[in-house]
Amino acid sequence: MPADHVDWLRREGRIVIVGASLAGLRAAETLRAEGFTGELTLIGDEPYEPYDRPPLSKSVLLGMASPRHTELPHRREIDAKWRLGVPATGLDLTAKRVRLADGDEVEYDRLLIATGVRARPWPKEDEARLDGVCLLRTRDDAADLYQRLKAGPRRVFIIGAGFAGSEVASACREMGLPVTVAERAGAPLVGALGGVIGAVAADLQTENGVDLRTRVTVTGLEGDSAGRVRAVHLSDESSVEADVVVVSLGSVRNTDWLTGSGLGAGPRGIACDAGCRAFDFRGIVTDDVFVAGDVARSPHALFGYQFLSLEHWGNAVSQAQTAAHNMICHGADRRPHLWMPAFWSSMFGVNIKSVGVPPMGDQIMITQGSLAERRFVGVYGHQGRMVAAVTFDNTRWLEFYQRQIERGAPFPVEFPTVDRRPEGRQPVDADFPDPSLPTHGPMVTLSGYSPADQQLLFHPARH
Amino acid sequence: MRLVVDLNKCQGYAQCAFLAPDVFAMHGEESLVYNPHAPEEQRERLARAVAACPVQAITADGLDDSRDGGEASDAR
Repeated sequence: MPADHVDWLRREGRIVIVGASLAGLRAAETLRAEGFTGELTLIGDEPYEPYDRPPLSKSVLLGMASPRHTELPHRREIDAKWRLGVPATGLDLTAKRVRLADGDEVEYDRLLIATGVRARPWPKEDEARLDGVCLLRTRDDAADLYQRLKAGPRRVFIIGAGFAGSEVASACREMGLPVTVAERAGAPLVGALGGVIGAVAADLQTENGVDLRTRVTVTGLEGDSAGRVRAVHLSDESSVEADVVVVSLGSVRNTDWLTGSGLGAGPRGIACDAGCRAFDFRGIVTDDVFVAGDVARSPHALFGYQFLSLEHWGNAVSQAQTAAHNMICHGADRRPHLWMPAFWSSMFGVNIKSVGVPPMGDQIMITQGSLAERRFVGVYGHQGRMVAAVTFDNTRWLEFYQRQIERGAPFPVEFPTVDRRPEGRQPVDADFPDPSLPTHGPMVTLSGYSPADQQLLFHPARH
Repeated sequence: MRLVVDLNKCQGYAQCAFLAPDVFAMHGEESLVYNPHAPEEQRERLARAVAACPVQAITADGLDDSRDGGEASDAR
């Protein structure tokens, strides 16, 4: 790309960002902060300006915040044209145009795709339409669910014990509501953290009064004559009466609008290089299309150049900043997206945080604290290297472990630690489910090198 | 006033929960929950909480300060 083109682009080019949530907003701010003075357009399918999602399953359900007021603070003015409430429906790479649902077309010189994910709906449409069957992804979802919980249902049924489902279960128990959680795997959180930690999460749920059912699937939702959900049927032939059902089966990447565009986009997201440039379906990197946030899948040098899809808040921020920087700089000044994966959750009063890529680990050592006390640091290892760490109520140690992972520290862990217990002297199998078997959508998807490698992770229950 | 806490950075020092208890609260030993939309009368307390956070995890707009996050929001 000739230097004068980049100078022209920075001065008067047109940049379009599809996706007006966390990644889209932070990218827009970075573009302006780094001197982009051209025309900037943000397109979002929801009619709201960018808002923060993590509070929706935490402080909102705890009644501490309004679902309608989690708008993100802006770090600077971005002087953008907003097209909110209008989804993008197509992309013409040759003409450099984004098509919108209202028939409009928006031309760009450079495009950033940050369309994120949506909640995976209950696969049987007639059952999904029953009154009382809820999802939790958007602020409208949160407002609806909060109202239903406030109304005091007889029982809440949560399908899927990933982080979102477990957080909802926690909020329900705080509200004093009876709650049943069904999980296909052997314990909550196993897709993200493995069975050793999953067992701790299971105890946490049952001790807090959750009726946790594992190794079962939901076979059907039953409605009454008024079209309201009244019972949930399970694969072990049992059924549970409930008047609110929360479907928490992970997410689906918002790439449908790119079908036929020629981009390497599919159910696993949009493959891009470490500089956030999208691949086309042939695996050739594009010059003017960038990707960031939950919808992106990019190779990470620290983790064997595996393509990682990370549905993490911090990843959206970091990748958006890197993508925006790379969109308006000369080739030699481009930066790789090398963010250390990290996430947090809290449930039943316990703070859960992680760095690195736990599902890459095959063994785990509890290097500090103890599982029984639910206050510990667990370290995951793979091929003699530390690849991740998780803490339960022990966040202040996490940064130390992050540095160790960055340095490729050996596993089993050799350094001495404070509060080491006998149980933490030997690594044990981290007990992740066989990735070839269906489970709930894990937070991190590891997959091969080919952007054409498109494999659905979800398999609806058999009957 | 809008605010967001980077909970990857947050280490549960709870300074914000002491300084602005109507906006921030500890939930268990180290989890923080907060109201992302602080009412206007919390302005001063919020500003103190933002300044006191040992890991600078809080971004708020509408506050008069020069730090990252101090800018006013642009109307859409």
